[in-house]
Amino acid sequence: MTQDKAAGMTRRERFEAQQRRRSLVIAATSTTLVVAALVIFVPMSPGWEKVQKSFFNGAVLAQTFPKLLDAFLINVMIFAWSAPAIAVLGLLIALARDAKSPALFPLRIFGAAFTDVFRGVPVILTVYLIGFGIPGLGLPRPWNSPYIWGSLALILTYSAYVAEIFRAGIDSVHHSQRSAALSLGLSERQMMRDVVLPQAVRNVVPSQMNMLIALQKDVSLLSFIGPVEIFRQAGVFKSLLANFTPYVGAAIIFLFVTIPATRYADYLMSRQMRERR
Amino acid sequence: MAKTISIAAASLVLMTSAAFAEGHCAAGKTLTEGKLTVATGNPAYYPWVLNDDPESGDGFEAEVAYAVAAEMGFAEEDVVWVRSSFDEAIQPGAKNFDLNMQQYSITPEREQVVDFSAPYYTAPMAVLVGSGAVDTPPTFEALKSLKWGAVGTTTAVPKLTEVVQPDSDPLLYGDNADVNAAIIANQIDAALFDLPTALFLSAVMIEGSKVIGQFVPDASDNPDQFGMLMEEGNPLKTCVDDALAAMTESGALAEIEARWLQDTTGVPLID
Repeated sequence: MTQDKAAGMTRRERFEAQQRRRSLVIAATSTTLVVAALVIFVPMSPGWEKVQKSFFNGAVLAQTFPKLLDAFLINVMIFAWSAPAIAVLGLLIALARDAKSPALFPLRIFGAAFTDVFRGVPVILTVYLIGFGIPGLGLPRPWNSPYIWGSLALILTYSAYVAEIFRAGIDSVHHSQRSAALSLGLSERQMMRDVVLPQAVRNVVPSQMNMLIALQKDVSLLSFIGPVEIFRQAGVFKSLLANFTPYVGAAIIFLFVTIPATRYADYLMSRQMRERR
Repeated sequence: MAKTISIAAASLVLMTSAAFAEGHCAAGKTLTEGKLTVATGNPAYYPWVLNDDPESGDGFEAEVAYAVAAEMGFAEEDVVWVRSSFDEAIQPGAKNFDLNMQQYSITPEREQVVDFSAPYYTAPMAVLVGSGAVDTPPTFEALKSLKWGAVGTTTAVPKLTEVVQPDSDPLLYGDNADVNAAIIANQIDAALFDLPTALFLSAVMIEGSKVIGQFVPDASDNPDQFGMLMEEGNPLKTCVDDALAAMTESGALAEIEARWLQDTTGVPLID
C-alpha cells in the first residue's frame, strides 16, 4: 500500500521523504552514541561506586519507596484542594484588576496590591508567616492545622501568578470583541462572561498548565511547617539510613506525574500555535 | 597528633604517679599544689548549679565536682571555683582552671584543641509539652494520645515511631525553632528534645510549656554526652577518668543525677 502511495509521490515529495529518513538515522545514531557514552563512561569514573551506593541504592529504594508513595498521597491531597481554589481566586483577582467603573477603583487597587505582594514574596516565606503566624493567634484545633494555613499560603501566592496570566488572557481578546458585544446590547457583565472570558481562558490554558506543574512541586514547601509529605519523608529516611536514595525515589515519583503533565502542556501549546496560524 | 600527645602524657602519668604518695593520683598535676581549681559558667544555671553558687555544692555539676574531687583525694575546702565563659574555655592554650564544667558536649572537633574527661552525663530524651497538655501524666499510655512534633532529621523520629507510637501521625520540622513555633501555635501538644534543650526551651523560649518526663538514655539515640573540659594534654585526665569510673561503678554518679536532674527539675522517668 505504501508502494502505491510512493508511486503517486512527486519528485519533490520523494526527496523530502528521503531527507526525513536521513535525519532520522542521524538522530538515532547520535542519541545511541550519547547514551552509550553515559552508560559506559560514568560508571568508569573513580567515585561511581560510592555515588551509586549512596544515591542509587536498590535495596534502600525498595525499602523506602512504598512509604514515599504513601507520603506522596498527602501532596496529591493538598494539590487537589488548592488547585481549584487557586483557579477561582486567580480569576476573581484578574477581574478585579480589570474593573473599569470608577466606583470600583478600590477593587483595582486591591487587585494590584495583592498581586504585587504575593508575587513578590518567596513562597516559603508566605508559608512560614501564614502557616505559623495565623494559628499563633490562638485558633482552636482543628482550625489551626498547618494543612489549612499552609494551603492558604500556596493559594494566595499562586493565585497572584494565575491572576496575572488570566489578565494577560483577558487583554489578549481584541478590543473590537468588547465593542461588538456592547453594540449588540450585552451588559458589561454579560460581555465579560459570554464573550471575553471564554476566549481569554482558552488562550491561557497552556500557561496555566505550567502553573499547575509548578504548584505540584511547591506543595512540598508545606513540609517546613509540619506535614510529612514526600520531601520530608525522604529527608527522614535520608537521616535514618544516611543514604540519599530516598531523594532519588521522591524525584522519580515527581517525574511520573510531572512528565505527562509537561508533555500535555506542550501539546496544548503547539496545538494553539497551529490554530492561530 | 593530639592523640599521641595525650597517650604520651597518660603513660607519663602512669609512670610518675607511682613515685608519688599512693592514693593521691592528682599530686603535682594541678594548677596550685593541693588545690583543685574548677571553672563553671558566669553565671551558672539551674539545675547544673543552684543560685549561681557552686561553693554550696547544690546543683548537678557542683555536686559532681565535689564528688570527683573527694574521689581524687581533695578535701572540700581544697576545691577552688573560678568562672569562665563558654567560648574562652574551648579555645586552645593555657587555662586558669584544672577542670571546667558547663555542659560541654564531647565532640571530635573540640577534642582537637582541648581534652575531655569521660562523660559524666548522658542527656536523655525528654518530652516538652505546650500549655494545653501540661497535665499529661508521664506514662506511655498517656503520651500516645498527644499530637506530636519533632525535628525530622534527628533520632527523635525513630524514638517517636518505635517507642511512643502515637495515635496520630507526628508533624515533622526542619529545626528546633520551627518546633517551638508549632508548640506556640498549638499545632502540636508535645515534642521530643534532649533534656537540657527541653529544660532551656520550657524555661526561656516557650511560655506555659513544661517538661513532663524523660526517657532512660539509650545509646542508640546517639545522645549528647557532657565531659569535663581540660587543657589539651592535661595529665590530670586519667585521675578524673578513674574517679568518674569509680563513681559510675558505685552508683554515686547516678544518685547525684537522680537528685538534681530528676527530683529537683521535677522531670520524672516515663514508664
